[in-house]
This record gives sequence, C-alpha cells and structure tokens, in this order.
Amino acid sequence: MIQLQNIEKVYRTSTVETLALSSISLDIAKGEFLSIMGPSGCGKSTLLNIMGLLDAPSKGQIKIGDQKTENLSDKQLANFRNQKLGFIFQSYHLINDLQVLDNVELPLLYRNSTAKERKALASEALAKVGLANRMKHFPNQLSGGQKQRVAIARAIVGRPEIILADEPTGNLDSAMGNEIMDILMQLNQNDGTTIVMVTHDENMAHKTHRLVRLFDGSQVQ
Amino acid sequence: MLKNYFKIAIAVLRRRKFFTFISLFGISFTLTILLVLTAFIDKVVGDNYPDRKRDRSLYINRLEQKGKDMSMSGALSYYFLSHYAGSMKTPVKMTIFSGFGGTNTYVNNKKIAVDYKYTDANYWDILEYDFLEGKAFTKQQVDNAEKVAVISEDIKKAYFGDVASVVGKFIEADNVKYRVIGVVKDIPITSYMTYSQIYLPYTVSKTDYKDKGYGGGYSAILLANSSADVQKMHDEYEQLVKRIPITTKGISVMYSHANSYLASYVDTGREDQSGVVLVLTVLATFVFLFMLLPTLNLVNINITRIMERSSEIGVRKAFGASSKTLVYQFIVENIILTLLGGIIGIVLAFIAIQILNNANLIPNLVLSVNLMVLFIGLIICLVFGLISGVYPAWRMSKLNVVTALKAQ
Repeated sequence: MIQLQNIEKVYRTSTVETLALSSISLDIAKGEFLSIMGPSGCGKSTLLNIMGLLDAPSKGQIKIGDQKTENLSDKQLANFRNQKLGFIFQSYHLINDLQVLDNVELPLLYRNSTAKERKALASEALAKVGLANRMKHFPNQLSGGQKQRVAIARAIVGRPEIILADEPTGNLDSAMGNEIMDILMQLNQNDGTTIVMVTHDENMAHKTHRLVRLFDGSQVQ
Repeated sequence: MLKNYFKIAIAVLRRRKFFTFISLFGISFTLTILLVLTAFIDKVVGDNYPDRKRDRSLYINRLEQKGKDMSMSGALSYYFLSHYAGSMKTPVKMTIFSGFGGTNTYVNNKKIAVDYKYTDANYWDILEYDFLEGKAFTKQQVDNAEKVAVISEDIKKAYFGDVASVVGKFIEADNVKYRVIGVVKDIPITSYMTYSQIYLPYTVSKTDYKDKGYGGGYSAILLANSSADVQKMHDEYEQLVKRIPITTKGISVMYSHANSYLASYVDTGREDQSGVVLVLTVLATFVFLFMLLPTLNLVNINITRIMERSSEIGVRKAFGASSKTLVYQFIVENIILTLLGGIIGIVLAFIAIQILNNANLIPNLVLSVNLMVLFIGLIICLVFGLISGVYPAWRMSKLNVVTALKAQ
C-alpha cells in the first residue's frame, strides 16, 4: 500500500546540515497496522509526514497504492491527500471556532459533496467514535480523549484507505489512550484501513501488527 | 462551502474583539468619508437644477491671453461674448451672465450679505429655474434697464421674513432699490455658474458692459438644437476664437473653449492644464492616500490573525485544501469583514450627511445617499476587501504544512 525507497531527508540552514532520515525503505501492506517507535528527534514524525505527503523527501521515492508521488502538483497532492489519507495528530488540531460536526465535515468540504451528504457522513463518523451526542459542542467543551475521538472521526469521514497517526495517545492518560487505541484497532480490523502510528508507548506499539524502530534517522528494526 | 467560510469568518471576528473593532473602525470610517465625498461630488456634478438642458449646452467661462512676457486668464467681457460668440450659427440660443458678486444690504439695521449676478433675458429660457412666485424679466425690461430683480427663496425669507408674497416689493442692494418680480428655488453655491441670491438685468450693472476689451466678468451658455449638434457648436467656437483679432499689446495667442458642464466647472483657465485631469488626479490621490492607511492596517491585522490560525491552515492543507482554495477562503472571509464594515460605514455616512445637512455648512447644499452613492460604496468595499486580503492570503497559502502544524 505504501512503498518507501531510500528515503532521505536533510534539513539545511546556511550553516548547518542535519540528516533527519537516512536510507529508509519500507513496504507497508494494505490493511496493515504498523507502529513506528524511537527516541525523541529520531525522525519518526518526519517519516510520517513524508508518508502523508505533507513534507517532501530530499531523496528517494514514495509510492502510495499505484501512485508515484514525486511529480504531483500542489493541487494534485491536496486532492490525493483528501481522497486517500486521514491524519490524527497528538495535539488534535481541531478548529476551536467550529462545532464538532463542522470540524468532522472539514475533509468533505474539499470534495464535491452536498451539505446534506456531508452532515450524514460526519454524523456517521461521530457515531462510530461514540460522540453522536456531542455534535453541537465546541472543541473546548470536550475532554482530551473526546477531542482525539473527534479527530479520529475527522480522519475517517472521507473513508480514506490509509490513516497516519502521530502519537495519537501521547497527550492522554492510559485509560483514554486505550480507548483511542481500541477505536484504531477496530478501524483496522473491521474496515481494513491501513494504519501507520508513531508512538512512544511500547504497550500500544505491541498491539499493532508490526513495529519499526528508528534511531538517529535510520531504521534499526 | 460559503456557509462554512461565513461561520469561520464570524467566529474569527468574535475571537479577537479589539482587532475586529480596529479593523471595522478603519473600514467604516474610511467608507463614511468616501461616501460623504461621493455624495458631495454626486450633488455638485450630478444635480442638474437649473441647467436641465446640459446635454445640449456648452459653457464659455474662461479666456486665456498669453504673450512672451505676460499672461492673463479669467472670465470674458460682455462685448466679446455678444459680438463674437453671438455671431455663431449653430447655437439656437445663447445667454450671457456675470459671475456672482457679494454686497451688503440692511433690514431693520441688521446687515445681510447677499450675492447678486447680472443676466440677460435668454438666461431664463435656457436655464429652467423653478419659480415659486412671479416670473423672470423680459428682453424689453432688460433693454429698458428696468430695476427689477429675481430673488432666491432664502433671501426672500431673510429680507422680507415669513410673508406669502413679495412680488412688487422692493429690495435694496448697493443703495439701489429693485422691484422684485420673481422668486426662485435656492441653488447651492457649489453650482457657482448659476448660483446667486439676486438676479438683475445686466443693463443695470454699474460696470461698463460696452467696453471692448476681451476680459471681463461674464460667461455664456450656448444651446444647441439637439445634443447631436453639440460637437458642431464646439468646433465652430474653436474656429471662431482662432479668427478673433488680438487687440492687446504684448499678447500673441488667445485660448477660449466652449466646454461641457463638467469640463467647464473644473476649468483651470490654463491651456496647458486640464481641469478634468487635475481634479481626477487630486481626487484619485486623496482617495488612494485615504485608503492606504486602513488598507495597510488591515493587511497587518490580517497577517497577525493568519499566523494565529496556522494550525487551522495546516489541518486544512493536510485534509485536502490546495493553496488556491485557501487563498479563496481567506479573501471571502476578508470580503465578509469589509462588507460588515461597509454596512456600518453606510449607516455612519447617513448620520454624517444628516449632521452636515443640518449644520448647513454650505448654504442650500442638501446631500443625500442615493443608489449611485451606495453602489460606489459597495465597489469601494469589495476593492478594499480584495486588496487587503490578497497579500495575507498569498502569504498564508505559502505556509508549509508541517511548519503550520508545529506552530501551535
């Protein structure tokens, strides 16, 4: 589903050159639940961002499904992310000015869907994460776990084939973290969604199909 | 989509109320001033009382005489206009009248300043004054140099008080008594070519209107049979001026034109400087400078606001918004903001115009906000919204997703 070949990422300033990722090659199968672990600053999030086409590698190739991604325009990239990918972030990144329902509808705004369709799909996604009764709330009226569930609903509302989660349980206590993990596992098992998750938590990582470890930008496991 | 933009625009406005206040104040205050200015220009240029035949009229009110060491510019003499312009074939009618001058008159030991002007009898045929009572003086009365006067409504009230009719009564100006034969509706002083408070036959003028010099205190309006003849009339006058002999020593060239109302209104009296261009340049510079400050202010505030919203930008990009879509969203949001400011500006302009009208700063000038003024207001708002939104939107769209998401 996701093929990375010799990915390298270098951050350059006028004086320093930092190698964030070095020769990463990875093949993630359709329906796989993969976790990426490693110490802070080892390049986990950079790798996830590159997989999510949010950042471009300095070298190497990414293929998602049958699509080679290196020559896509801004508009094509945006469209591809919209159709194929869903993102979950550690700090949720909900838009505080919008109600839960509007937050979840967001990916659908960039498709040709009617307001009615958007509402139906967003309600369904919220029901899936157990927040059907919180649609009219604003994010700051929710707990951390609830916010992350809204973020998951937003990630799945467009029915993407791949979900990329950057430390989704990082800001949550273990009970809430487990809840979020259960939801992700259900999505993987029931809907066959491919999930790549960056985590610091060994327990969470061991619940996934495969674990990749990074150290100083290189893959060590 | 638009509903969503509207929701977020309103939410953003409510979030930082002080910024919103500054933005809205800048927009609405600017718009108020510009709308009052527009209403003023609209009134001055657009109000065609009493010269309702503007479309087939040309105005002659300047003569410029130039020599090597000297140059003169000003109104024309009665002789010049009657003798030369009066010989033209295209006009079906012509009127000659003086500019207005001021004098004092006294009622019960109270001084009243009045403006008067001299006209011929044709003046009342070419210009369509609304007579509230009485009528205009005739050619015979002019020829006989009868001391008769047409007065304006405001001077009637100031001089005679609240009386029903004043026709037949006498009004004194410059120690001469004139018999009032008509009262006309007021004209604001901004219509300076036709404005006066007392209109007298030119033959009662104390200055010598028979003097054969070319410069003087008179203007003329030429009336064509139809608007199709106006160009012909214009050309005829141009040819005529070229043939007029120069009689003043030291003068080598003369310029005078029969212009449309607008060109004549803003005539600078200088051949090398077009009044229309000058007025447009001054106006455009004023509007530009006046809009520059609130625009820059809005651009700045918008950039600050955008940076606060970097997380939102990152999320939108991650979930499929292209740079172009985001630019569009932000411009729409900004137009919503400026339209809100515009509505407040229009309300303030209504209030300001009421206050200005009541204060009577320029006598008889009653401003109003009409559809034209509102339309211009709307255009100003949209331009304002676009200009102040484009740069911040462009900067926002260039924001890298990862950087935007990290900023929170």
